[in-house]
Amino acid sequence: MLSIKNLHVSVGDKPILKGVNLEIKAGEVHAIMGPNGAGKSTLSHILSGKSGYTITEGSVTYQGKDLLEMDPEIRAREGIFLAFQYPVEIPGVSNIYLLKAALNAIRTHNGLAEVDAFDFLKIVKGKVKLLEMDEQFLYRSVNEGFSGGEKKRNEILQAAILEPSMCILDETDSGLDIDALKVVAAGVNSLRAADRSFLMITHYQRLLDYIKPDIVHVLADGRIVKTAGPELALELEAKGYSWVEEQVA
Amino acid sequence: MSSSEQEIDSLIGQKYKEGFVTEIEVDTFPPGLDEEVIAKLSAIKGEPEFMLDYRLKAFRHWQTMSEPNWAQLNIEPIDYQSISYYSAPKKDSDKPQSLDEIDPELLETYKKLGIPLDEQERLAGVAVDAVFDSVSVATTFKGKLHDAGVIFCPISEALKEHPELVKQYLGTVVPETDNFFAALNAAVFTDGSFVYIPKGVRCPMELSTYFRINAANTGQFERTLIIADEGSHVSYLEGCTAPMRDENQLHAAVVELVAMDDAEIKYSTVQNWYPGDENGVGGIYNFVTKRAECRGANSKVSWTQVETGSAITWKYPSCILLGDNSVGEFYSVALTNNYQQADTGTKMIHIGKNTRSTIISKGISAGKSQNTYRGLVRVGKNADNARNYTQCDSLLVGDKCGAHTFPYVEVKQPSAQVEHEATTSKISEDQLFFCQQRGLSAEDAVSMIVNGFCKQVFKELPMEFAVEAQALLGLSLEGSVG
Repeated sequence: MLSIKNLHVSVGDKPILKGVNLEIKAGEVHAIMGPNGAGKSTLSHILSGKSGYTITEGSVTYQGKDLLEMDPEIRAREGIFLAFQYPVEIPGVSNIYLLKAALNAIRTHNGLAEVDAFDFLKIVKGKVKLLEMDEQFLYRSVNEGFSGGEKKRNEILQAAILEPSMCILDETDSGLDIDALKVVAAGVNSLRAADRSFLMITHYQRLLDYIKPDIVHVLADGRIVKTAGPELALELEAKGYSWVEEQVA
Repeated sequence: MSSSEQEIDSLIGQKYKEGFVTEIEVDTFPPGLDEEVIAKLSAIKGEPEFMLDYRLKAFRHWQTMSEPNWAQLNIEPIDYQSISYYSAPKKDSDKPQSLDEIDPELLETYKKLGIPLDEQERLAGVAVDAVFDSVSVATTFKGKLHDAGVIFCPISEALKEHPELVKQYLGTVVPETDNFFAALNAAVFTDGSFVYIPKGVRCPMELSTYFRINAANTGQFERTLIIADEGSHVSYLEGCTAPMRDENQLHAAVVELVAMDDAEIKYSTVQNWYPGDENGVGGIYNFVTKRAECRGANSKVSWTQVETGSAITWKYPSCILLGDNSVGEFYSVALTNNYQQADTGTKMIHIGKNTRSTIISKGISAGKSQNTYRGLVRVGKNADNARNYTQCDSLLVGDKCGAHTFPYVEVKQPSAQVEHEATTSKISEDQLFFCQQRGLSAEDAVSMIVNGFCKQVFKELPMEFAVEAQALLGLSLEGSVG
């Protein structure tokens, strides 16, 4: 699904990622953990195509294609989805309008007919129920006046409707209380499928109690320094990131 | 400059689409303005004598005035003697009686503008008065309106057919001495629309006028007068375009609205005069005086404007709330790009008791443009319980433009409630990236964000106009699902 090879990324003159290697197969759920400033969010931005970074070395192949060559919207239409750490507000644009425009942009790109308003409403209403959301949510402006939990749920709703192949969750647990976390995690779990992969970026282990990863990586100082099964997360929680850093050093 | 800023720049740098020139024979006065020119103009139009007197009075007063300089505008001096004050398509001496008689090239012009003056229009139920340079070329649907008792015709025709009505109302809202440009207009206006809705009549269709400046070096000075008699209702639409030219062209219009007891006028404008090129060369100078008088009790006037054109816009559609319980509304979207300058807003003058006004202004500045909101809310000492709500939002696109807000509030009645809210925001790279990450192109993303910003105003426009307005802003229509 996704293959990152020797990826080096700088902001200005400052190197952030210093040779990241990562293979994600279809259907796998990967977690990337690491201390602040390790480059976790940079990785999610690079994969989704945010500007402001310089890629100095390495490659990213997605479904056999060179991902780094694609514009951000093309990546999205090819099935890359980023659930933002800080979802933006767009006043005056209703959630449902954004969702329909996005879905149809993706469908058109993939040679499918656009869905009409009626069919779209049917799709959306089903997903809203799944995420235990109020339908009124759909008609409010995108993220405007939403609570932290609502914003994150809205991100998962978008994933549920756009049905990406590669879902990147950037600190999806940040700012959530435990009830909201459970709902969001249930939403993510409902999206797990044999042809859909996840890359979860998180600081804390608690998200992984609810969304069980297949593989856990530790990113420290711009490199993946340790890769293991889900037990690694528990070990990290107990011993702290300094434990891994010491082991590597 | 980051890549997404470059994208924004290229998106807003779209070419002016209405910039064609129509090749037709025209009858044009040589440039220059004096009493003789005014007399000749009045004679050509076969006006009653009171009109010539009115014009000359205005002209004499105008000569004593100087251009207003208080606006946040940088204006090259205008040489009023280098402008031609009359230009009309030359086509027989008689005015066309039906569409068949209209120069096909002229009809083609309107088609390019998307204004078919034919069956389609009839189906759409819009009666159109099209002003091309200085003369009204055709007014459709006269028959149907006539049956309802509605008068909708070029003001030049109204001066011949209904001189007493014109005389009774002309200049009563905007006196010929009001301001420099209004005085000039009173002296030299060539045509425009006249509307009279009789007592108790709800106008059976939307009335519409399209203005276009075609000939070079001509000014356009149209005059619109709308009277809604007791208990009547009318919705009026106005659209404007001009071809691309290197020189600046002057447009100085006056619009007067009179609403009697329980009457309602809704006036919507989509203004797309040529804004000049990306270096600020050419473009229309748009100096317009629009004012409504809610003369009767319980009357209501609503101005909605979408302003995307003109090199310079100087325009403050206003309401004088004279009648008790009268209501004034102003909804505005003003978009400026490149070197465009807009100084626009409104005045709400509360005189009657329990008068209410609402102002919603959305300014969008892009490129190197300057966009100013200037508004006055005045509550007189007898306007018990007057209420005003003002909301003024500015959206900046890029980092080389400016947004300015000058709200003036004068209250002489302690029971008045005046509210003012203002925001300034920027299309952020984060918003753009978010939309792109959901699969939208940068172009669609900007459209969507701007569209969302303007939503409160667009929803006030009649449906067919809302579509045009959004297309004008380079937007796709925000569909309402469900």
